[in-house]
Order: sequence, then structure tokens, then C-alpha cells
Amino acid sequence: MKSIHNHPNYWAFIMHRFSGLALVAFLPVHLYVLGLALADSSAFDNFISWSNTPLLKFLETVLVVFLSAHLTGGVRLLALEFLRWRDWQKSMVALSCGISICMGLVFFLNAT
Amino acid sequence: MSASALRTETYLWLAQRLSALILTICITVHIATMIIAVQGGLSSEEIIARIGGSKIWLCFYLVFVSSVAVHAPIGLKSIMREMTQIPMKRIDFLSILFSLIIGVLGIRAAFGLYGLGGA
Repeated sequence: MKSIHNHPNYWAFIMHRFSGLALVAFLPVHLYVLGLALADSSAFDNFISWSNTPLLKFLETVLVVFLSAHLTGGVRLLALEFLRWRDWQKSMVALSCGISICMGLVFFLNAT
Repeated sequence: MSASALRTETYLWLAQRLSALILTICITVHIATMIIAVQGGLSSEEIIARIGGSKIWLCFYLVFVSSVAVHAPIGLKSIMREMTQIPMKRIDFLSILFSLIIGVLGIRAAFGLYGLGGA
């Protein structure tokens, strides 16, 4: 018998949880750094130049992928809960993966 | 589960879905803005020039932050309830605290950036 853990929808659930948690952890830091721009713009610019390294650009890209994945995964859940079932909904996990990776790549190429 | 607790759960479920619906628009705009804004590098000057003094951006970020302050704590509450042994009262407290932190920091940043425009 096929395990329920070996199913794309299970991995979509894990990704939605994990990306949500990562965004929850990042959000206060993001808003704090934005607050720096208000209090002292040079402190904010110092932070931006500190974050201008390949490793941090990569981490920013991962966050964009997570944000995209949470968005598209959320749209998928809303469609499952509120729309009448249609066969195309089976493709939404793949579509969500594709859009998220694509958004990450576009961000990375623009940021570097 | 008591009737009032059940009603609260239903309202929270509804609030999370409604905020999710608003966030689909906000996050799409945010990702598009990020991709455009990172071209040529970010700076406080560039952010203030783009957002400062703009009532449209102020309204957008107030709606965005409010929706996140509703959506994220409800999700966090579900995760803590399903995956940890934290008592329910503490989970409620932590969720409300997180909502307040995000709301206060976000609204402060939105008004602050708006106020810096044209300075």
C-alpha cells in the first residue's frame, strides 16, 4: 500500500507549513530593518550593503520562493475549499512549484 | 468543545480565509515590486522616493499589514496546537502577542515611510 507521505499533496502540505513558519520567523526582522530606515537611513543602508553578499542574496531568493510557494499553495487550498472540484485542481501542486521556482529565479537574476 | 469555543474556531477559520484572499493580491503586488525594486540595488533613498508621501502605497501597506496580522497568528496557532505540547492558553497568548507585534511594527513602518515623503 502506498504511504500517505509519498504523495505530492502531502509534500504540498509540508511546504505550506514550512514556508509559513519561515515567513513568520522572518517577518519581525523584516519590519525591524524597515524601521531602521525611519530612525537612521545610514544604519539601513549599512544593513543593505552588509546583506549584499552571494550567501544572503541566495537566502533572500529562498525567501522569495517560500513567499511564492505559500501564496500559490494558499490559492490552491482556497480553490479546493471554495470551488467545485475540477480535474485541473490536480495540477495545482505542480503549477505552484513551477511558479515559485520561476519567481525565485527572476528575483535572483534581477538582484545579482 | 463548547458552543462558544466552536463559534470562535469558525470565526478564526473564516478570518484566515478572508485575510488569505486579500493577501493573494497584496503578495502578488509585493513580489512584483520586489523584483522591480532590487534592480540596481536597494537603498533607503530609493524606498522613500517610491513609497514616501504616497497615499495609495500607505493604504496598500496598511491593508497588507493588517491582513498579515490576522492571517499569520491563526496559522501559527494551528501549527503550535497540532505539533507542540504547549498548553492552549499559552498558545492563545503567544498568537495574540505575535499579532500585536506584527501589527504595531508594520503600521509604524507604513506611517513612518509615508511621513518621510517629500522631506
